[in-house]
Amino acid sequence: MHDGGKVIIGLIIFLALITFPLWYNVATGKAGYVPELEKATDGPCVRDTIYMKANHMDLLNDWRDEVVRSGDRFYQHADLGRVEKSLSNTCLSCHENKDKFCDRCHDYMGVEPYCWDCHIIPKELTYGN
Amino acid sequence: MGIDRRKFVKLAGLTVLGFAGAKPGGVFSQETPAADTASTAPPSGEPTAPLEGKRWAMIVDVRKCMQNPDCHACSDACHLTHNVPDFGNPKDEIKWIWKESFHHAFHEQGHEHLEERMLHTKLPVLCNHCDNPPCVKVCPTQATWRREKDGIVMMDWHRCIGCRYCVVACPYGSRSFNWRDPRPFIKEIQPDFPTRTRGVVEKCTFCEERLSRGQLPACVEACEHGALKFGDLEDPDSEVRAILRENYTIRRKPALGTQPEIYYIV
Amino acid sequence: MIEKALTGNRGYWSWVAVLLVFIGIGFLCYLRQYNTGLTVTGLSRDVTWGFYIAQFTFLVGVAASAVMVVLPYYLHNYKDFGKITILGEFVAIGAVIMCVTFIFVDLGQAFRGFNLFLHPTPHSLMFWDTVALGGYLMLNVIISQVTLGAERKGIAPPRWIRPIIILSIPWAVSIHTVTAFLYAGLAARPFWLTAILAPRFLASAFAVGPALLILFCLILRRFTRFDAGDKPIQKLGVIVTYAMVVNVFFILMEIFTAFYSDIPEHVLHFQYMFVGIEGATTLAPWMWVSVLAALVSLIMLLVPSIRANTKWLAVACVVVFVSLWIDKGLGLVIAGFVPSPLGTITEYWPTWTEFGISVGIYAMGALIISVLYKVVLSVRGQVEVKKYKGVEMARETAGNAYGS
Repeated sequence: MHDGGKVIIGLIIFLALITFPLWYNVATGKAGYVPELEKATDGPCVRDTIYMKANHMDLLNDWRDEVVRSGDRFYQHADLGRVEKSLSNTCLSCHENKDKFCDRCHDYMGVEPYCWDCHIIPKELTYGN
Repeated sequence: MGIDRRKFVKLAGLTVLGFAGAKPGGVFSQETPAADTASTAPPSGEPTAPLEGKRWAMIVDVRKCMQNPDCHACSDACHLTHNVPDFGNPKDEIKWIWKESFHHAFHEQGHEHLEERMLHTKLPVLCNHCDNPPCVKVCPTQATWRREKDGIVMMDWHRCIGCRYCVVACPYGSRSFNWRDPRPFIKEIQPDFPTRTRGVVEKCTFCEERLSRGQLPACVEACEHGALKFGDLEDPDSEVRAILRENYTIRRKPALGTQPEIYYIV
Repeated sequence: MIEKALTGNRGYWSWVAVLLVFIGIGFLCYLRQYNTGLTVTGLSRDVTWGFYIAQFTFLVGVAASAVMVVLPYYLHNYKDFGKITILGEFVAIGAVIMCVTFIFVDLGQAFRGFNLFLHPTPHSLMFWDTVALGGYLMLNVIISQVTLGAERKGIAPPRWIRPIIILSIPWAVSIHTVTAFLYAGLAARPFWLTAILAPRFLASAFAVGPALLILFCLILRRFTRFDAGDKPIQKLGVIVTYAMVVNVFFILMEIFTAFYSDIPEHVLHFQYMFVGIEGATTLAPWMWVSVLAALVSLIMLLVPSIRANTKWLAVACVVVFVSLWIDKGLGLVIAGFVPSPLGTITEYWPTWTEFGISVGIYAMGALIISVLYKVVLSVRGQVEVKKYKGVEMARETAGNAYGS
């Protein structure tokens, strides 16, 4: 083909650039990085860790719909008794430091949930703001 | 402390089961919870059975407000409990319950020769939680709707797109819009109730979150003069039904067919 | 065919550049509004809808320009409108896109707008307005694309497009009716709670749409080789005249009902509009301009010798546009909020940010219409060159791809 050499070189550069995210982390040894999450101040959680890691956002969505749209604010937990379906009041009562727990994974993944626009982080409250 | 959180919650859960047998309207024939000055404090961890009613309504005894013209405990309590911001100007103002003159609250009723005491009185107005709410009719996303189970006209701040059609449709001016971010303008944030974000409409929700914890609405609890009564209209033995049987009451703009559930004893 | 909009002479590109500047200004203003919130507008707790919704309401009327040429041409075979139906459809496309954009910038949480479709609500007129406007946009895009594509190939359009074109006629009526219903069903707002609101909207739409179309035809005649011809323009003028007469008549009906019945909650809104209440008089001068403009335009339109004069007709169209822009926009919307349901008086005037965003949106609409007009002119330029072999001929004034 015409300018075959240039085309192939161009293709190689393109492939290198497009696969950059894949090989860069391996090359610099960051591939094994796992965000370090602060442990909860109390336990157990309403659901097990494996479930929460994969589905906490769905759980929160379900809670939101159940509380707001159905008016169904509490439920009976086998171990914890009556639990309030509340991010601020329940989840954050054990995971007190959002920046050392929630934000760790969210920042790493580049996710910006806007729950915090409204739902309060009790520990971060300073009166008079 | 000799008891840990887990045991405490278990004990509380058993207590809830005990209360579950209580007769629903009967809660009102008991003494209302002590109206201490911290009545607007966030609900304690102690769970109580939710207040249950089929059609919540409120009665405002304007005569009692007349005797206390400088009192605004109801709006103070509500706005504190629900993190309602104070922007300091009427353009951006947000209010869930507030005091209006008779002339404004009952616009079609006012006339030149209104009785003296009424001329200078302000009385509390709030969302009427109508049985036939025009705001619900117009909302394009059902971000506001009338709850079948208890008649509360509820708000979903997750779904509201901020079109303000409900504000336009409300004949009572009960709704406010967040023209800007409210957080910096809340004097004392209560951590157990969310704030709202800018761009959504808000209004009184009859304290449904307090009702679910067995507490009366914040305004009712905060009123030291007993001007506000709250109860279930569908329960013939409730206090509100008794009051309605014995007193002449009026509602705001009845001709519009909205069936408001706030009754005023004038 | 859209590639035809990418080539043009200096005049074309200068015009596009000017529009882009205004769009840029509008965008910057919107960034300010997006960052701070709708508090940067003049809106308040009492006056919750203002300039944006006024423009939306007005532009729904402008979108009628299509039906006023489509109906005579397709239902009654009025051949003279053959060359300009596409122009009307393009105005409709631009107008509907502007409408949707005005709603977008007015929403508090615009990026949640998809909730309208995730949670359809048949008892809300706003839901139906979305359906109606979206459908009308799609109809006009399909119709214009298919008919212009056929014209470009020099053939008749496919037969299946005809029922779709016929559908666009009642659909156009529906978009105005639904938009009027947004206002006319509100028990809380006695100023709008009138059965004549939807007919008023239709009458003013049938006046403003064709008026704008006349102006566009005259602009095209002045700056391009396209000449719609005097006959269609005069016919459009007659349509504007009748529509304006009906519109003014309807307004007088409203004024009679309010003032003769003397019911305060009806009278006060009109009083605010024309005289002011308790010193609040911001809107009054504008309404008198609107009234004066309506009268002047009626005289110019009703006197045949004035209407027959194209220059004076153009002036009359501008005057109609100004009158109805004030009346159906700011007049209608703001007067509905003053006094409030509690009887309080809160005035409203758009801020510079609001105005900047609005100008940007109008520039965007003008750009869309300009681009689409450039396409159709280029397509017809092709047809003309083929027929007349590149020799500058007299302007094409009659006949079209349908072989009539």
